[in-house]
Formats: sequence, structure tokens, C-alpha cells
Amino acid sequence: MVQLSCKNVTMTYENTVALKDVSFEVQAGDYLCIVGENGSGKSTLIKGILGLTPVKSGTIAFSGGVSRDEIGYLPQQTEIQRNFPASVYEVVLSGCLNRMKRHPFYGKSQRQWAMDNLKRLGIEQIKNKSYQDLSGGQQQRVLLARALCATEKMLLLDEPITGLDPIVSGELYEIIGQLNRQSSVTILMVSHDVSCAVKYATKILHLSAGVSFFGDVKDYLESDVGRRFTGGGDHA
Amino acid sequence: MLEMLIGLFSYDFIRRALVVGTLVSLCAALLGVTLVLKRYSMIGDGLSHVGFGALSIALAANLAPLQVSVPVVVIAAFLLLRLSENSKIKGDAAIALIASSSVAIGVIVTSLSQGMNTDVYNYMFGSILAMSSSDVFLSVILSVIVLVMFVFFYHRIFAVTFDEGFAKATGTKVGNYNILIALLTALTIVVGMRIMGTMLISSLIIFPALTSMRVCRTFKTVVISSAIISVVCFFLGILASFAFSLPAGASIVVVNLAVFGIFFIVGVIKEKT
Repeated sequence: MVQLSCKNVTMTYENTVALKDVSFEVQAGDYLCIVGENGSGKSTLIKGILGLTPVKSGTIAFSGGVSRDEIGYLPQQTEIQRNFPASVYEVVLSGCLNRMKRHPFYGKSQRQWAMDNLKRLGIEQIKNKSYQDLSGGQQQRVLLARALCATEKMLLLDEPITGLDPIVSGELYEIIGQLNRQSSVTILMVSHDVSCAVKYATKILHLSAGVSFFGDVKDYLESDVGRRFTGGGDHA
Repeated sequence: MLEMLIGLFSYDFIRRALVVGTLVSLCAALLGVTLVLKRYSMIGDGLSHVGFGALSIALAANLAPLQVSVPVVVIAAFLLLRLSENSKIKGDAAIALIASSSVAIGVIVTSLSQGMNTDVYNYMFGSILAMSSSDVFLSVILSVIVLVMFVFFYHRIFAVTFDEGFAKATGTKVGNYNILIALLTALTIVVGMRIMGTMLISSLIIFPALTSMRVCRTFKTVVISSAIISVVCFFLGILASFAFSLPAGASIVVVNLAVFGIFFIVGVIKEKT
């Protein structure tokens, strides 16, 4: 079942073409990693999918029961957030905002849902702690729980492991993998880290303004671009 | 002490200032938390200067001050928000530009119509005598609107403050809430600047939020404690102004500064233990 299809998407960033003629499809249950060099248009594509930046030409369409405002988004952290006075529970609960409809306050079911997601990520014991006092890994778990509150269908993660040490990022990959396998959450992840991308993901989208590769991880490793980018055993 | 309090409440103009001031302190404290966290503090400062220009023109044209300045400052709030969203640095400069231009126009209009006088001084630094009984009525209504709106949209304001990108991606109309925040700020500033003065009203917005963030670590506690701090500082400031015949606005700011100092030290000690 196709959940997201991008057809001939072209996007510009400050008058330069950041993304050119990009087409790919995401099936329900996919674990897709978007890789590419800096400035290859990864972040621009994410903003296009989320509707934060308009598309110059082409279409980005959602189907299969997913709509644009049902994407759980894990953004790159901003400076404002790192020093933000908010409890873990407040942050996670704010993911339920799109379930409130027109009510001004959260209902019982939304608070319960927030608690369920806190437990799911193993952070219920720190729910009253302040977000700014947490370690980087814990902060990412909180943001992941918030994203899950918004949706269980599709998660979009923008460089989730930036600034985390290898052990913590390994744990985070495990959690994301579990969500994908056990709760069949579709995962779209932008990553610098190609070695982890090919280890955990099932599909790869390699961007360099246009699409250099799109397909299964297995085929990516055997492709020219994949071999060059992953090092192919010998570093040039 | 008790005698002084009774004395304080025996004056009509002080009772009026206390009613309006308490409400404005509450509004400013609540909005201040969002404005400081969103890095919008400068907008508050810019708006108060625009308010000065509007007040001077209203006075020169013999119009009711609030009825003129409310729409002008609201429009300015929309403009400033646009400017600061487009680009950070340009926005900052643009706010300074608009602020100083408004003050300049206000001063020229006043000096042409009646010469520089105590009115201008009062607008700059506030006056406890500023509130007439008809002003009080409108001020109370505006403040109550701000308070109700803030409580009603509390969770959405939190979401938009913490993470605009996420809120937008999950279907929240972020732009509308930013406009709402600017609008509420504009109303608060127009109502508050009569007592506090153009130069000092933005401190009412910034101080309580910064003070409570020294010690409090969650959004709810920051909001509640800054509301309490704001009202307490307002009362102490008015009391000091009455007891020592000091200007009201300046006294309130100095009390806020003292409380900030105390919270700062408490915060540092808390961090170390």
C-alpha cells in the first residue's frame, strides 16, 4: 500500500535549485533512509513532505490512510529547545495537539495516550523532570514519544542521532527499528551515517540534487553510487 | 504599615491604578513567558514605542487615547511579526527603526500642538494618575480578553512556542497562533503603558518570565510563578512609589530587578546542590 508518492518534485532554496526532478514511493511499513552529501537536498525534501516549504513543481501526495498532518516529525533540535523550561510530560502531551480537535484542553484519553507512549519508550520514570536537564539521548526519546502521540502511521526523522555517542545512538536505532517491525510504523529518516542506514533500513534514497539511487538496501550496496558512498571496503 | 495601606486605598486614582495594573501585570507575565522563549522580546519593546506615537497623536487631535492607540498598535504588531519572521537580523533592525521613528513622530506632533509638557513625560515614564474612570472600564475589558484567550489557547501556545516545525507538521495553524500572541501582546502593552510608561512597559513583560526561569523548570510552573511574581512586584512597586513619592513605573521595574537578583542567586545555589 503506497502511503507517500513524490512525482518529479523540484524545489528551490533561496533561488538555487536544491532538489531536481525527484520521484519515489513509500509503502506502508517501509524503513527508508535518505542519504546524500551536505547540500544534496535532504532537508529540503523533508520540508517539502511536511508542507513547511512549497514545492516548485511536481507533486507530493499522501494516500493509504495517511494525510499530511498525520506525520510524526522528529526535527533537528534547535537552540531554543535545549534550554526550554518544560517537563517531559508537557512535551510528550503536546504531540496530542492534533487529537484535541476544537477542545481547548486535553481529555482523559489524550493524557492516557501520552502516558502509554512514555512507557513505550521507557521514560515514564522521568516524566516530571525538566526537558533541559536531560541527556541528548533522553531528549530524543522524549521527542520520539511526542511524535508517536501525533501518529502511529508514519515517522519522519531528521538526523536523529546528531551529537549522540555511539552507544546511545545504537539504542535509538533499536527503538526505531522496533517501532517499525512491531508496530509497523513507516519510517523515513534523513541520515549522515550511511553505515547505520544500510544496517537498519530496508530501503535507501540517495540524493544529490536528483535521485542517484532509490531501492532496497541490498541493491544499493551493489550499485556504483552505493559502493562509492559506503566506502565499499576501501576508502579512496 | 497598615495606616499606609489604608491611606493607599483611600485614593480613587490609586484604586484605579491598582485594578488595571494588577490585570496588566498578569497579562504581561503570561505572555512574557512565550515572548521570551520565542525570542520575541524586542517586539514588546517596539510596540510600546509605536504606542507612544499613537498616544501623542491622539492627544494632539483631542481623541480618546485608548481608542486610537489600540488599532494602531495592533496593526504594528502584525507588521513587526512579519518582519521578525522573515529574517532574524533584518527584523531586529527593522524593529529599532519603527520604534525610534514612532517616538520621533510622537514628540514632533506634541511639540507642534502644545509644546513639550508633563503629558509627554508621563507617556515616557508612566503615571499613576493616568487612568480616568472611562479608561479603567476599557482597560479591564481588554485585560480580561487577554487572560481568557491565553488560558483558552494555553496548550496550543505551548506547542507553538516549544517547536513551531513540529506543530506545523502535525496540522496546527502556527501562523494564526503567532498572530494571536502578537495581538494579545499589543493589547497588553497599550493598556499597561499608561501606568508604566513607554520606556518601561517591556520590563513588565520580560522580567517576571526571566525571573521565574532562574528557578522553575517546567512550563506550567514558570507561567504560574511569573504571574505571581509580576503581581507581587507591581504591588510592592506601587507601595514604594506611594511611600517615597517615586514614579510608579520606575519603582515597579526596580522591585522586579531586585526580585530577579534574588531568584538568580537562588538558581545558582540550586544548581550547585
